[in-house]
Amino acid sequence: MTNKISVSIWRGKSDGEYQTYEVELRENQTVLDIVTEVQRQHEPSLAYRFACRVGVCGSCAMTVNGVPRWTCRTHVNQVTKNNSLTIGPLRNLPVIKDLVVDMKPFFKKWQTAGASFTGGKTRHDPVATISSESPGRKAADAGIECINCAVCYSACDVVGWDDSYAGPAALNRIWTLVNDERQVNKRAVLDAAFADGGCGSCHSQGNCTRHCPVELSPSESIAALKRSAFMGLPKTGAVESNKIDTGADRES
Amino acid sequence: MRASLQRHFYVAQRATALLLAPLVVVHLVLIMIAVKNGLTADEILSRTRGNVLWAVFYGLFVVAAAVHAPLGVRNVLREWTPLSQQLVDAFCVFLFLLLLLAGLRAVVAVY
Repeated sequence: MTNKISVSIWRGKSDGEYQTYEVELRENQTVLDIVTEVQRQHEPSLAYRFACRVGVCGSCAMTVNGVPRWTCRTHVNQVTKNNSLTIGPLRNLPVIKDLVVDMKPFFKKWQTAGASFTGGKTRHDPVATISSESPGRKAADAGIECINCAVCYSACDVVGWDDSYAGPAALNRIWTLVNDERQVNKRAVLDAAFADGGCGSCHSQGNCTRHCPVELSPSESIAALKRSAFMGLPKTGAVESNKIDTGADRES
Repeated sequence: MRASLQRHFYVAQRATALLLAPLVVVHLVLIMIAVKNGLTADEILSRTRGNVLWAVFYGLFVVAAAVHAPLGVRNVLREWTPLSQQLVDAFCVFLFLLLLLAGLRAVVAVY
């Protein structure tokens, strides 16, 4: 049994090419470990991006054997084919260098699609208390844990052919917003989701849901947004209480 | 274009699809029955002349198709061609009017 693995890694910008390295196989090795080893032992100029190494920050996503994945939580033995690995940058985003893509278009589309929270209170108002049992909270819960890794964006074919498409992550975020009891002017948020390049552009192929590393379902969020066009805004449930007991109101 | 209008377009396209599904089935079945003994203009006109039911049926069919088709074409053109949004919208308004007027003219002609 060999203790080496053949790793092809993308070098250069979009007109670059794959270069192959022989890397030692170790136990419990992740794809990110492999990339790190290549950079430290073979190719010091190799550019890649990571931060937390535990699946929280969403910065280490790459294309591994043709599939977008979070590399810090992808074990080599799960994805190796014929004792080899091919690691490239994420699809659908401009390559800056090697395995690093420019995330600007991804985040820009979040903003353009209106996928950012707008509250109606100030820091002087009491904090809204949202019941964990309210329908809105439950619906938002299903999509709220997005780590912004852009794996769904990379997996989506519609993003690949339609520049204006906001992408699954932004639309998933919009679905959590229309279910957020604190979000103001939800009708405008929903309308923004239906602008050109919004949820109406989704072809329901489901690649986003299939590849989401934290097992969210942007497909379901987008389908729910589409349903809202007919059914109206979802019921979120009442804010349980927006008063914080500071003790100031108590009788002395 | 107003974002809420886009949402209404989305609803209109899906709602007309829902409407067109049974209308197309009835239309196809009618064609099969109608051509069984050969198809003549007299036979068609004898069925449609003065028949409010068929006029309403095909009137509804024309309106649904005139709404549904341009919205679908709009999506395809927007997604697959480099045409500007204004040009695509203008073409789709033209297509809507063409389908609506030509279709209603035909319905009126055989009534």
